[in-house]
Amino acid sequence: MAVQIVSILLSALLTENFVMVKFLGICPFLGVSKKTETAFGMGMAVTFVMALASAFTWLANKFLLIPFGLDYLQTILFILIIAGLVQFVEMFIKKSLPSLYNALGIYLPLITTNCAVLGVTLLNVQNYADSFIFSLLNGTFSALGFTLAIVLMAGIREYLDEDAVPECFRGFPIALLTAGLMSIAFMGFSGFSIG
Amino acid sequence: MADENKKTAMSVFKNGLFTENPTFMQLLGMCPTLAVTTSLQNGLGMGLSATAVLICSNLLISLLRKIIPDKVRIAAYIVIIAAFVTVIDMSLQAFMPDLASSLGLFIPLIVVNCIILARAEAFASKNGPLHSAVDGLGMGLGFTGALCIISAIREILGAGTIWGITLYGTHVQPATIMIMAPGGFIVLGLLIGTINFIVKKTKKGADK
Repeated sequence: MAVQIVSILLSALLTENFVMVKFLGICPFLGVSKKTETAFGMGMAVTFVMALASAFTWLANKFLLIPFGLDYLQTILFILIIAGLVQFVEMFIKKSLPSLYNALGIYLPLITTNCAVLGVTLLNVQNYADSFIFSLLNGTFSALGFTLAIVLMAGIREYLDEDAVPECFRGFPIALLTAGLMSIAFMGFSGFSIG
Repeated sequence: MADENKKTAMSVFKNGLFTENPTFMQLLGMCPTLAVTTSLQNGLGMGLSATAVLICSNLLISLLRKIIPDKVRIAAYIVIIAAFVTVIDMSLQAFMPDLASSLGLFIPLIVVNCIILARAEAFASKNGPLHSAVDGLGMGLGFTGALCIISAIREILGAGTIWGITLYGTHVQPATIMIMAPGGFIVLGLLIGTINFIVKKTKKGADK
């Protein structure tokens, strides 16, 4: 059990990192990675949503869809659950952390359309349909992997702003190239496993 | 955009295909753009699937735009989009199982492709059904075109093939990294940079 948990953690954080290896959640990764604090706040908000979404979609799948043979409604039901959760998180952050709310701006409601969230719930159903704990852990750890990638990226981009980047590569293109180099670094972890 | 009346279907179509190309100009829908462009077949399949969803959802949302209450519109759009994506997903699994398995997770993830929601919100909710469907077609083909360019480059460099046909025999070792994760980021970054450069050059030319 413990070995399995560690191996889920390592693969979610490093070898199967959502952003760097699986290309999930690229929009916020490029959109909200200009400052480290905002990036971290975004990462935490996504982590919260992804953990809750993993739990709720697992329950919905197990007790609603499978007993009634409605598996094909997965995508529709899951996206509705996620949209509801995001609404809830948005209200929560607006009340309790107004500064973070302003910094995240448009990207907060857009967590709904962050493909990492829907992606992890669909992957959970494929891989961990039997185990609630593993679904929840996989969701949480994958989100931490997302947070790791976005915070590292923000750290690099803070320095990039001060460098003499050719004009037509400013902003998006140079961020993509940076992500490419980071992704090569993450490839170094491939094949690394425990148990 | 200002004078709505003069807007013809043709200009709406061109707008999606070039001027506001969703991938290169608006930088929307990055996840599938990077993830499935490992071969031209995948890129084209993904692009056309997204186009089909985009046309259907734009058309339906435009028809329902006066009925959907403003407060729950985003949720309503998402449900409509998810329904069409489920249709496409099941059709692909039934008729093109190979393509469906190589695109895998990214077919259901068309639901959260920002392009589709963005067009629903920015265009279909404000325009008539004909223009909305044409806008869906233009944006969809713009997206497909971008995916084809990226995937062709990556397939030629990374696998040494195009559409599965071997290009340069055994003499040249293809750079496998181009069809792996880093290659996606790097090819797209260089492409957007190059397009920025060309746009800037042509603008300067026009000013003189």
